[in-house]
Amino acid sequence: MNIFVERTGKQHALEFTGTVSELLEQLKVNPETVLVSRDGQLLVVSDKVSPQDTLQILSVVSGG
Amino acid sequence: MAACTRCSGAAVFSPPLLCERHFFSLVEGKVSAALQRFSLIRDGERVAVAVSGGKDSQTTLFLLHRLFGERATGIAIDEGIPHYRDQTLADLRHFCMQYGILFRVLSFREAFGVELEGLLARGASACRSCGVLRRSLLNQGAAGFDKLATGHNLDDECQSALMNFLKGTLFLCAKLGPVSGISPQEGFTRRVKPLFFCSEKEVAAYAFLRKFPVRFKECPHAEGSFRSRVRDALNLLEHEMPGSKLQIAERFLSFLPLLKEQFADARAGRCMSCGSPAARERCKACETLLVVPNAA
Repeated sequence: MNIFVERTGKQHALEFTGTVSELLEQLKVNPETVLVSRDGQLLVVSDKVSPQDTLQILSVVSGG
Repeated sequence: MAACTRCSGAAVFSPPLLCERHFFSLVEGKVSAALQRFSLIRDGERVAVAVSGGKDSQTTLFLLHRLFGERATGIAIDEGIPHYRDQTLADLRHFCMQYGILFRVLSFREAFGVELEGLLARGASACRSCGVLRRSLLNQGAAGFDKLATGHNLDDECQSALMNFLKGTLFLCAKLGPVSGISPQEGFTRRVKPLFFCSEKEVAAYAFLRKFPVRFKECPHAEGSFRSRVRDALNLLEHEMPGSKLQIAERFLSFLPLLKEQFADARAGRCMSCGSPAARERCKACETLLVVPNAA
């Protein structure tokens, strides 16, 4: 699985199968602070993700 | 895919689980509720919308323009932050052109004779100086308008309230709320917060789903370690007890009138340098500019 973190501009490779909630828990990210998208579509915490996915994690703390 | 709790569509947001259409209704309903409950913008009033190019201000400008048409105009401030503000202003131009929204840009360079980088080179605090000068310039830009709308959201308000409680600065607490300030003052355009009931995550999702040209990044000068800690604590609370932020805001609203009443006598005088409303001899903008001897 490829994960692009918009805030840092960095790409991370990860072997993971499970829900978005479980993924964020593994990454130690509070779901309240991010949006997760796949192919431009927003995912919710119960959606399943697989190793073939490319995800984007957007921090909701932005602006100014 | 999870299903929307109001229809069978695919959910794009949680909690609550909602499809795109019902999520848009949720956010737009919260904005309408804030506008009506607090009479933020009355019939015929003209509103300037402070826009930075971020998700909050673009959402505010989009929704107010949809509700009030040309009575809503954007005002952006160019502080001169390299590799950041030029990009967000470009996004903003694209956004306003796309939706046919009027907006103007006021710059630190033209108004104060110095850009933020110049202030920082002389040892000024980035967020404090920038905040003070932005507020001053926005107020100048909003002259002639009845209201100045900002993109402050539920998270911003809860953080500010909690920070001021913790620091014991109740006078600053009294200035919070969906209508900023303690009472109307000559020379100040009243500030209103249409996103008062919308969480930061809701606004981010709204901007994303509407495909607004937003960069999900923070200003490179963002400091705020205290605010960051309060923000993290509130997000943890919200994660463990959904609805906490809204509860904090509602409880705060219940005693805010008492706070405003307590500090109602704190009237501003006039700045000896520029004549703007000021609590001391000089307004905060002129005090800030005093650290830059060659500024206008």
